[in-house]
Amino acid sequence: MTRCDMAGERLIKENAGNLKAAYETADKKPEKIYEAEKHVNKSDRSQGRIHSIESFGTVDGPGIRLVVFFQGCPLRCRYCHNPDSWDVTAGTRMTVNEILTLYEKNKSFYRKGGITATGGEPLLQLEFLTQLFAEAKRRGIHTCLDTSGIVYRDDKKEDYVGLFNNLDLVLLDIKHSETKEHRELTGQKMEPVLAFARALEKARLPMIVRHVVVPGITDGEKHLKKLGRLLGTFTNLKGLEVLPYHTMGVKKYESMGMIYPLAGVPPMGADEAGKARNLILEGMREGRKRKKQEFSSESDFGFRNYKEKFGLFPTKMLY
Amino acid sequence: MREEWNGFSGGIWEKEIDIRDFIQKNYTPYDGDDTFLADATERTKELWSQVMELTKQEREKGGVLDMDTRIISGITSHGPGYLDREKETIVGFQTDKPFKRSLQPYGGIRMAVKACDDNGYHVDSEIEEFFTKHRKTHNEGVFDAYTPEMRACRSSHIITGLPDAYGRGRIIGDYRRVALYGVDRLLEDKTSQKESTGAVMDEETIRQREELSEQIKALKELKELGRIYGYDISGPAKNVQEAIQWMYFAYLAAIKEQNGAAMSLGRTSTFIDIYAERDLKQGVFTESQIQEFVDHFIMKLRLVKFARTPEYNALFSGDPTWVTESIGGLGIDGRSMVTKMSFRYLHTLKNLGSAPEPNLTVLWSTRLPEHFKRFCARTSIESSSIQYENDDLMRVTHGDDYAIACCVSSMRVGKEMQFFGARANLAKCLLYAINGGVDEISKKQVGPKYRPITSEYLNYEEVMERFRDMMKWLARVYVNALNVIHYMHDKYCYERIQMALHDKNVTRWFATGIAGLSVVADSLSAIKYAKVKPVRDKEGVAVDYEVEGDYPKYGNDDDRVDEIAYKIVHDFMGYIKENHTYREGIPTTSILTITSNVVYGKATGSTPDGRKAGEAFAPGANPMHRRDSHGAVSSLSSVSKLSFMDAQDGISNTFSIIPGALGKEDTVFFGDIGFELEPDCACREPNIEDFGEAQYQSN
Repeated sequence: MTRCDMAGERLIKENAGNLKAAYETADKKPEKIYEAEKHVNKSDRSQGRIHSIESFGTVDGPGIRLVVFFQGCPLRCRYCHNPDSWDVTAGTRMTVNEILTLYEKNKSFYRKGGITATGGEPLLQLEFLTQLFAEAKRRGIHTCLDTSGIVYRDDKKEDYVGLFNNLDLVLLDIKHSETKEHRELTGQKMEPVLAFARALEKARLPMIVRHVVVPGITDGEKHLKKLGRLLGTFTNLKGLEVLPYHTMGVKKYESMGMIYPLAGVPPMGADEAGKARNLILEGMREGRKRKKQEFSSESDFGFRNYKEKFGLFPTKMLY
Repeated sequence: MREEWNGFSGGIWEKEIDIRDFIQKNYTPYDGDDTFLADATERTKELWSQVMELTKQEREKGGVLDMDTRIISGITSHGPGYLDREKETIVGFQTDKPFKRSLQPYGGIRMAVKACDDNGYHVDSEIEEFFTKHRKTHNEGVFDAYTPEMRACRSSHIITGLPDAYGRGRIIGDYRRVALYGVDRLLEDKTSQKESTGAVMDEETIRQREELSEQIKALKELKELGRIYGYDISGPAKNVQEAIQWMYFAYLAAIKEQNGAAMSLGRTSTFIDIYAERDLKQGVFTESQIQEFVDHFIMKLRLVKFARTPEYNALFSGDPTWVTESIGGLGIDGRSMVTKMSFRYLHTLKNLGSAPEPNLTVLWSTRLPEHFKRFCARTSIESSSIQYENDDLMRVTHGDDYAIACCVSSMRVGKEMQFFGARANLAKCLLYAINGGVDEISKKQVGPKYRPITSEYLNYEEVMERFRDMMKWLARVYVNALNVIHYMHDKYCYERIQMALHDKNVTRWFATGIAGLSVVADSLSAIKYAKVKPVRDKEGVAVDYEVEGDYPKYGNDDDRVDEIAYKIVHDFMGYIKENHTYREGIPTTSILTITSNVVYGKATGSTPDGRKAGEAFAPGANPMHRRDSHGAVSSLSSVSKLSFMDAQDGISNTFSIIPGALGKEDTVFFGDIGFELEPDCACREPNIEDFGEAQYQSN
């Protein structure tokens, strides 16, 4: 995950002071989605706030991709290795055309790839993101969104139609399967994430779920299987990416004068990550089986049973 | 048709020495996968473990296992040498045993003596005396003719790495000719060439007749080399084993005669495949036997060793031999030149394990067969030992029978050769421009005494003007020093056997090189877009620079600075071309310091981009370390704006990447867990083909 280390360096230097403050306040007041959105909406939405751009992205979607890191994120994941992308007031203003010019300039590299929006949290800048992807699709570019889905709310689903119409693939980061732990890990609730996943399913948008496995935090069997059972119910799920926790973010925290929240947690080996993946897959098979049974008993898509079993989502999130 | 050629399609190649015609009429393109490949045989494994043991001993002894101190290396200087005669299917070593380095004094006796001394050996005093008193060497000749200015440039390192004390290398003999025609036919050809030289005995004719005589003698010695190992190579090879052996003898003769900076092999795999296909068809050999020949051949190439000094190895960061073999590419008729043998060569990286030599180089085209591309990608991932170069770019100027010498120098095999020319340090040249020719480290007046820049802040226009003048001066001294070097090398250390495997009239590329390109581009960008204040010592020499503000940096696809880089290369090439070149050499330049950038950096003071004195340059045409902040594509785009026509000897961009950053393993997508979910077709593997269209050559 060296993808934006270098790109971020400049910004880190420039914004070290601000970001430190941002982190401190954000840490105390993690729920600032509304405020964050308000802030974003205040500014000129024909320009995005961009953290950095990676011209050779190979790990965020298929092929070689232009990866656009959006600035600003309401989550405060304890393992986040890009804390410099949190501040919603930072970043470089760029237009759709400026970004796509970078793409067009080198498009021979991207023939089998496309463009990926990541961050930060791109959905915080929904309007700009939609403009970007609409124009990208108009030019025949494959679009991929890497998101936590945290900003999504069902009562705003109309706002997402434009985006969904111009989206080829979603990489959905699910941080935790337990409500309480999710909040502890990220500072935010998990319900919007699942609601977003359902919205994607309804829109028949292919989705790859990403999950970071952190020793002692997200590597428990119970949690992993539960995540699997949950994922097993999604018909739009195309892949699962288990990312072992690494400590490459430590230096960035140091250079920004921030305290690293997971100090002392060892990086996870590929073997253990493989085991974690197998546990999730095991859970998925179970979830899949159960869903089939529920289908056959025609029990309202099985979601009601799900709610009873897992107590995960309120009914308003279901379609 | 000769009996040995039965089964081949005839053509001009029967009447004339024309390897390309033979290949085009006879090769079988292969677009299948790698499943046909055979594993290492027991014999191969045993031989290789013997090599590993010797390698261990060599390392334990400090890097050299054994050296010749008495026998002057020549084509027939040694009796046969073996690892294990019973097991080796391809034979021949540089001396009478493996891992023993030969004594090659013709490039320079001092270097040969020092190479021995530094490794705890001593050249026989009679030999030392002979090459000091009675037989002049290339090195002595060069220093007899050097001007004081050339010497000063050399010792201040504004011109560095010149082949004036060692073999220049970079010449590729067409070793395939020996396999296809046998030595006798080549002798006949050279004899008739000698008969057809001009009637007026001017200097050129005299030199040509003398050189042809040397070539003829070398060919006769080559035949003798075969005899030493029990082979008669006067006639054509009859099967694939002989073809490889004949070819290897020719290459062996070259490395017995020349300790060159790069002793590359050429483009042999598709040629050899023609023999393999014929043998497979006729049931002469099995796939496993053929792979064994290839494994043993490559093993020999891995054991090419030269006596060198620690300084030499420091310059090149290791003990490289540059046994480059070019694989694949497209023919000008559009057919892929990938054959099964291309796979077999690369497969040695699995059968014998990975190794830096021979330097297996894939001539990459976007139109290579898909299976081959995948095989290359996989072998690259497993071995980190394949070099890729842009065939789509080079084919345009060099056709489809060129090969790479060293790391990027392309030339038509047997038709073109190169005068290797090391590098001019343009970063230092910029400092000379600022300091009026005074060296920023030694404080000596090395360059011409132009007016130094005395302003408080550097002005772009002023610096550019002085820099252009200084580049013009540097180009002149540099080209003239090279003229001296190549004249003397031809005279005292002539590549007899390699030139015997060339046409009579060859095209000579006069290679030059540039070091410190990104330092200069960034420095000029800093001067133009930020404010740069020189820090001067008491004598007024600028020894450091303070940069105020930010500036566009080369490597981010930013035209403001990329344009500067392009212009420097273009202008410097123009100044090179203004000079007379020895033997009508066609000037080219390269931007390819892959390893010596560290040494050049050490010898260069602080630069206006903020780089401190002694800090390493970036390799080749790379952006400076950590200054490219937009990722690889932007970085490569900056490099690709340099014109290949200005730097036809190659532009290198060294690209290191952790494997994880090159894409996901195939375990991300489903299909492996018995799910009804379809494996996603929108998701494809990253494909290195996407590099194909960029104008660069990578290492």
